[in-house]
Amino acid sequence: MEVLHEGKGQLVGWHDPDENREYVLHNKSRALKDKTMTASEAVTKFIKDGDFIASGGFGHIRVSMNIIYEIIRQRKRNLIMAGKTAVHDLDLLVGNGCVDRVEVAYSFGHEVRGLSPASRRMVESGRCKVIAEISNSGYQWRFLAGMMGLPFIPSRNLLGTDTGAYSSCKVVTDPFSGKPINLIPAAYPDVAFIHVHRCDIYGNCQIDGIMVEDFELARCARKLIITTEEIIDNEIMRREPWRNVIPFYVVDAVVEQPYASHPCEMHGKYFFDEEHIAEWLALSKTDEGVQQYSDKYIFGVKDFDEYLEICGGLKKIGFLQKREAMRVPLVTPWRK
Amino acid sequence: MANNQNARYNMREFLAFTGSNLLEDGKSVFVGTGLPMIAGMLAQKTHAPNLLIIFEAGGVGPILPELPISVGQALTCYRGIAATSMHDVMSSCQAGFIDYGFLGGAQVDMYGNINTTCIGDHDHPKARLPGSGGANDIASFAHKTILIVGGQSKRTFVNKVDFLTTPGYLSGPGAREKAGLPSGTGPFRMITQLAVYGFDEKTKGMKLISLHPGVSIEEVRDNSSFDIIIPDKYTVSTEPSDRDLEILRKDIDPTGMLIGK
Repeated sequence: MEVLHEGKGQLVGWHDPDENREYVLHNKSRALKDKTMTASEAVTKFIKDGDFIASGGFGHIRVSMNIIYEIIRQRKRNLIMAGKTAVHDLDLLVGNGCVDRVEVAYSFGHEVRGLSPASRRMVESGRCKVIAEISNSGYQWRFLAGMMGLPFIPSRNLLGTDTGAYSSCKVVTDPFSGKPINLIPAAYPDVAFIHVHRCDIYGNCQIDGIMVEDFELARCARKLIITTEEIIDNEIMRREPWRNVIPFYVVDAVVEQPYASHPCEMHGKYFFDEEHIAEWLALSKTDEGVQQYSDKYIFGVKDFDEYLEICGGLKKIGFLQKREAMRVPLVTPWRK
Repeated sequence: MANNQNARYNMREFLAFTGSNLLEDGKSVFVGTGLPMIAGMLAQKTHAPNLLIIFEAGGVGPILPELPISVGQALTCYRGIAATSMHDVMSSCQAGFIDYGFLGGAQVDMYGNINTTCIGDHDHPKARLPGSGGANDIASFAHKTILIVGGQSKRTFVNKVDFLTTPGYLSGPGAREKAGLPSGTGPFRMITQLAVYGFDEKTKGMKLISLHPGVSIEEVRDNSSFDIIIPDKYTVSTEPSDRDLEILRKDIDPTGMLIGK
C-alpha cells in the first residue's frame, strides 16, 4: 500500500504482533490463581518508572482512584499516560509530577467544570510534554488493534487534520476502494488499571452500565490491575456468564476496595463528590496548592480507607449514594 | 445581543433553543458536553420526543431526567435502549447511523474547521486546550455537523486556526473527499450569539442564514476576521417561547450550571 502521509507524533506502546504473542504466551497465565492483593502491593509489583499507563473508565467515572493515589504516594516518575478520556485521573498524576508525557485525545479538561489548572500549567511550563495527538475513537481503536493482536487497524477519522498530522498514524491508499484511509497503530499499554463493580478472586469481572473503552483495554494491556467494589464467588460469575465482561486470563491483580472511584462517579452506587473535586480545582491553581492537597489526601494518609474517613466517611458516602439515585438535588460548587 | 433580549432570556438559553430547533424527531444525534446536551434534551422534551440521543462513551437512547455533568456519566444510559462502548457508538457513526453531530469550538475559520487543541505553537503553546476528544470523529462521520460558538468575535472567528483539530471543509470544495473523509459529510450549521450560519453550496464558505433579533449585519461583520457571505435573502432567528424557557430553567438546568447567567 502506498503510504501517503505519516503523522509526526511519537509512537508509544506499539509492539510487533509476534513479539506480543510471545509476551502473552509467557506472561498471561491461563491458570486459575488467587490474585487478590493490596493497592500498595499491586503498584509496587506492576508499575515501574517510565511505564506507559492507561486508566479505565472515563476520566472521572469508574476510575481506580486508589491506584492513582498509590502511584503518587510511591512517587513513581516519568510515566507516559494515555490521555484517552482523561479528566481527574490524569490531572492528579500530571499535577503531582508522576506523568510527564501524554498522548492526547482529551486531557487537561474537567468537561463542564472547566479546564484543569494543574495539568495545563505543567504543559504550558514545559514540565509535561504532549508527545502525540489523537481523537477519542482513535485511542479506542488503538486498543482494539491491540486486543485483536494486530499491528494496526484502519479508520476514516483524523484525515486532513493537524490532529492526524501530530498523531502516530499513517495514511495509505486503501487497495479495495482506492481512497485514502487512516491506519491507527495498535497500543499494548505496559499497565492498565480498571475499576469494576464486582469480580472473583481470579479476576472475572462484571461492570454495570457503559464499558467505555474497557472491553478492549483489558485485552491489550500487558499488565492489568483490577480494582473492585466487591469480591464475589466464582460460582456466581458462572451462573450468567454473559454478564462477565473481562475474563480472568487477562488480569494480573485484584484489589478489593469499596468506593475506590471516589471522588469520581460509580454507576448506580455513588455520584461525583463535587465538593471534593471543587477543592482540588481551587487548590491546584498553584504548585503550592497541589502540594497542600496531596499532603492532606495522599501523603498524609496511610491508605485509601483512611482517605475516605477524612473525606467525610459514611456520612459523605451516604449523601453520594442518594445523589446517584437522584434523591437529593445536584450541587455544583465549582461554578463561579 | 441587543438589550431587548435580556428581559426574557439570556444568550446561552437562546443558543440552546436555536440548537434544539435544528434537531428533527426520529433522528439520531451525537452530543458533546455543555450546550449540545441541553439542546438535545430540550428537543426531546418539545418537538422531538423520539430523538435518539447518543453519547460517545456508550450511552444509547437515554430519556434524560436531569442534565449530565459528563458525557460518560451513568445518566447517559438512563432508560436507554443500550449501554455499550465507545467502539460500538463510534463504529455506528463511521458506518453512517448518526444524523447530527453537535460540537463546540474555541477557534473556527470560514470553512468550519475547529481548533480545541492549542493557542500558539503546538510544542510550546501559549494555551493548551483539551484536544479533539470525540470532536474529530464526530465531524468526520456525522451526516450533518452542527457547531456552536457562544462568543463570536475576531479572536474566535479567525482567518486560520492555530491548530486544525476537527475537520470542517478543510481548504474548500472537494478537500474532504480528497483527504478520504466520507462523502457528503461536513458542517451543516454554525450557531453563535449573533446569528445562524450555513455553508455555501459551491464555495463551502460560511454564509448567513438568520440574524438573531436585534442584531445588525455590521455586528456580524465586525465580529469576524474573515468575510462571512451575506446573501440577499436572510431571516430573523426564532425566539424561544415561555414554555421553552420554563423547560430549560426548571427541568433541564435548575442549578443554572450551564445556562445560568
